[in-house]
Amino acid sequence: MTGTETVLGAATERREGREKVTGTARYAAEYTGPGRAHARPVPAAVARGRVTGVDAAPALALPGVLAVLTHENAPRLAQPDDPVLAVLQGPEVPHRGWPVALVVAETPEAARAGAAAVRVTCAAEPHDVTLTAGHPGSYVPEEANGGHPAVRERGDQDAAFAASEVRIDTEYRVPPLHNHPMEPHASTARWKGDRLTVRTSSQGTNAVRATLAQLFEVPEEGISVTAEHVGGGFGSKGTPRPDVVLAALAARHTGRTVTVAFPRRLLPSLVGHRAPTLHRLRLGAGRDGRLTCLGHEVATHTSRIKEFVEQAAVPARVMYAAPHSRTAHRVVRLDVPTPSWMRAPGEAPGMYALESAMDELATELGLDPVELRVRNEPAEEPDSGRPFSSRHLVECLREGARRFGWADRDPRPRSRAEGPLLVGTGVAAATYPVLVAPSTASAWALPDGGFVVRINATDIGTGARTVLAQVAADALGVPTERVRTEVGSSALPAASLAGGSSGTASWGWAVHEACVRLAERLATLPGPVPEDGIGAHADTTGEADAGSAYARHAFGAHFAEVTVDTVTGEVRARRLLGVYAAGRILNARTARSQFVGGMTMGLGMALTEDSHVDPAFGDFAESDLASYHVPAHADAVGIEAHWVAEEDAHLNPMGSKGIGEIGIVGTAAAIGNAVHHATGVRFRELPLTPDRVLTGLLAHETPAGTFGG
Amino acid sequence: MKPFAYVRAGSVEEATDAFAARPGARYLGGGTNLVDLMKLGVETPAALIDVTRLPLDGVEELPDGGLRVGATVRNSDLAAHPVVRDRYPALSQALLAGASGQLRNAATTGGNLLQRTRCPYFQDVTKPCNKREPGTGCGALEGVHRDHAVLGHSERCIATHPSDMAVALAALDARVELRGPEGARSVPAADFHRLPGTRPEKDTEIHPGELITSVLLPAATGGLPSRYRKARDRASYAFALASVAAVLHCGNGVVERVGLAFGGLAHRPWRARRAEDALIGAAPTAAAFEHAVDLELAAAEPLRDNAYKVPLARRLALDVLGRLAPAAQL
Repeated sequence: MTGTETVLGAATERREGREKVTGTARYAAEYTGPGRAHARPVPAAVARGRVTGVDAAPALALPGVLAVLTHENAPRLAQPDDPVLAVLQGPEVPHRGWPVALVVAETPEAARAGAAAVRVTCAAEPHDVTLTAGHPGSYVPEEANGGHPAVRERGDQDAAFAASEVRIDTEYRVPPLHNHPMEPHASTARWKGDRLTVRTSSQGTNAVRATLAQLFEVPEEGISVTAEHVGGGFGSKGTPRPDVVLAALAARHTGRTVTVAFPRRLLPSLVGHRAPTLHRLRLGAGRDGRLTCLGHEVATHTSRIKEFVEQAAVPARVMYAAPHSRTAHRVVRLDVPTPSWMRAPGEAPGMYALESAMDELATELGLDPVELRVRNEPAEEPDSGRPFSSRHLVECLREGARRFGWADRDPRPRSRAEGPLLVGTGVAAATYPVLVAPSTASAWALPDGGFVVRINATDIGTGARTVLAQVAADALGVPTERVRTEVGSSALPAASLAGGSSGTASWGWAVHEACVRLAERLATLPGPVPEDGIGAHADTTGEADAGSAYARHAFGAHFAEVTVDTVTGEVRARRLLGVYAAGRILNARTARSQFVGGMTMGLGMALTEDSHVDPAFGDFAESDLASYHVPAHADAVGIEAHWVAEEDAHLNPMGSKGIGEIGIVGTAAAIGNAVHHATGVRFRELPLTPDRVLTGLLAHETPAGTFGG
Repeated sequence: MKPFAYVRAGSVEEATDAFAARPGARYLGGGTNLVDLMKLGVETPAALIDVTRLPLDGVEELPDGGLRVGATVRNSDLAAHPVVRDRYPALSQALLAGASGQLRNAATTGGNLLQRTRCPYFQDVTKPCNKREPGTGCGALEGVHRDHAVLGHSERCIATHPSDMAVALAALDARVELRGPEGARSVPAADFHRLPGTRPEKDTEIHPGELITSVLLPAATGGLPSRYRKARDRASYAFALASVAAVLHCGNGVVERVGLAFGGLAHRPWRARRAEDALIGAAPTAAAFEHAVDLELAAAEPLRDNAYKVPLARRLALDVLGRLAPAAQL
């Protein structure tokens, strides 16, 4: 007897943990085949223009340099669906940092020297990289990321706003943000005839394989792509990236095994970023705190070559009951690198703005911000009218308030000081949609009593191997240790990517079904398991992607306590507490790690992570981890994650919702609201660095004309 | 990477001789900045003269009460040294406010003084920078410069010096001891780094081939109180937006001795002589501190996006002086 209660949900240790901390886990750039060469891209040094000449001779003259690929001599690719992958195919330079040549050499050092020696001349054209709210080039796209309509309207937002007793009309700004996974993007490729073998750092290798087959016009069956260990991605490895295309091009051109490992400084221009967003919110309410209307309008940028629209107004379609609403996106094409997914695209910046505006409304009403949210809890999803499969936001808010000690809070801004420190607390809600995609899996029983589960899931550091073993063990009714999981290779049954917080639900569903079938076969097996084992297969196509009559989302509540130093304007988060309602939690240990990791990233978004598009040069000024400030250990103190029990029969066989992204969603707003509570000053642009905060404090304290503090 | 020679020097003479014999040589200390710059193509030395094995790794108490810190003493060791913690707390605090634990374990005293600016334009060889490549222009002037200088900058260069340690040394009246082809000499720490003027490529007053052998701290008799405080974007591993080092001694109800230096504001640690002159002989009151600090910062010329540095530096200085004042009168 094993008891499924003890298998699913158990705080099982991550299986590859020892390999990782002892350095034996191998990553994509560490497969040192015989004769492996290294390639390094040469980034364009203009923000817009055309390559007019590439002089490779100085590079080719260097010892160890094997070849220089340019748009003139690189193998031709079929036109990709994703324009960011059309590297070395033409002379156009769509943004600074775009690869204009690739140097292949015997060593990484020689490749670096070669890349520095290549002489590229470009005809530069005037560029525009600056997002403004009323940019003349901005337009309303057809849809935003995720297939969401760009504009949704219910009722008459403008009239309702004009007629509201209480009105909040406010603007927020979130800067560009960068994923910066610990492991930079890297790929190793080798061709044998038309057969291609690739090791890559990706969130999903089935998509990589399909893309390479299309680009190089070879059959998918001849391509093997593995991603055994991946040092994080946060969305930036959710789609194939130029590293894998460049590695395959260089390998094809030279006949060698070639590794392309992007240096950290190339990441901001080559692997996507969270686009900056300008938010305007118009909230109307009655004196009772009930919203009469909710307007959220977002302006953002995309690149010249690809439309990607951060869907930051979409969470407002989910969150609160309001009879009138307008949620809309505008985008402008600029000469910037192409933005893409970064942890909770849409929700992270959108909920920062919405939940900050809700806090403004609570302040205006003199109403507790927890209570304000409770009063606006909708009976069904406001935008679609569909019932929620489950929604326990109020429970999260109440449980969080209890754990945090919210009841003891003096609601008056600037009411708490400890010497030169102002202390404040804040709250914000979080939401993230339930996403799930079809996958296939196989399960095998072996004669020795063990089991093997095979699925091309990708473990990007989340613990996928571990939780899938738990799902299998639960379905088979055996201890988790008896189950081995094989993941991370396109040779395994095809599966969806590790993105959109959908991995465990999608893969787990297929694993569960395969194991249930295997258990049925075993139950009717007359004798012992044969030497070759006995297997079962599952494909969730048609089930996992079937539409649902329900609106399915995870919810959460974030609480923050901050100190604001009145001498310097330095803000530090002393406590962060998140409570989540995300269906059934399948592994208490790795789930907590995901929540806390998301909250830490939200902490960086709130306080430290800042990026500027350089108006003169067109690239991101902060391109390394010394200047792009992710939180240090000393910043990430006092972070707690909890969850409420949530049963939901409308999800998947495990009853789980995704947990990889919701941790970031409400954190920045909770911190920003706490800073307002601490200081009495409302800051509306992230991050809350000392330059902004001190300037705001001084403007607040000092009448105009006596600035000097 | 451009091939380079590596020479491990066993003595100061060997090091300076090796340097003289190899055009384009650089001395290598902890390498925490130089090696990064080599990877970026900013530095392309023909030879590295490794000075970390030189017998310069000691901290020596001098008969006059001073302290001689060898050039290769690691930042973490210096910060933890009992005499430094006891008599020169500003120095220990400044060291601990810098970089990260791993970097402090590797970085040396001499290397810390000679680290280059972290201006992003300096570090990117595809962009103009008068410091890296004289005559090409300054990308930061109209670019992203929230972190840049408000004092003593020129139209050629608006970079700041990144060291925390050097700010404390400037306030503490330390001297930098050098050895070169023309013999030994010493320079006040406050004058060791330069303002950019028309030659921003020249960070310091060091002569070609000269080697920092030690840093000399004057006697801190009477338990001179000192402090260092730094404002930064995150709790660790971030350069100063602004910082202050101060040493203060009072007698008979007035300031008898004061050293005040700012970090993060200029191309060098900014010794606040005007403020010091105003304070000598004045009662150590909040009003006197405000008057003095405002006199100093009146010279500030903020750029488009860094005006916050002036009030930030002002408040840091008033905070540090205010905290030192009670102890200074004991």
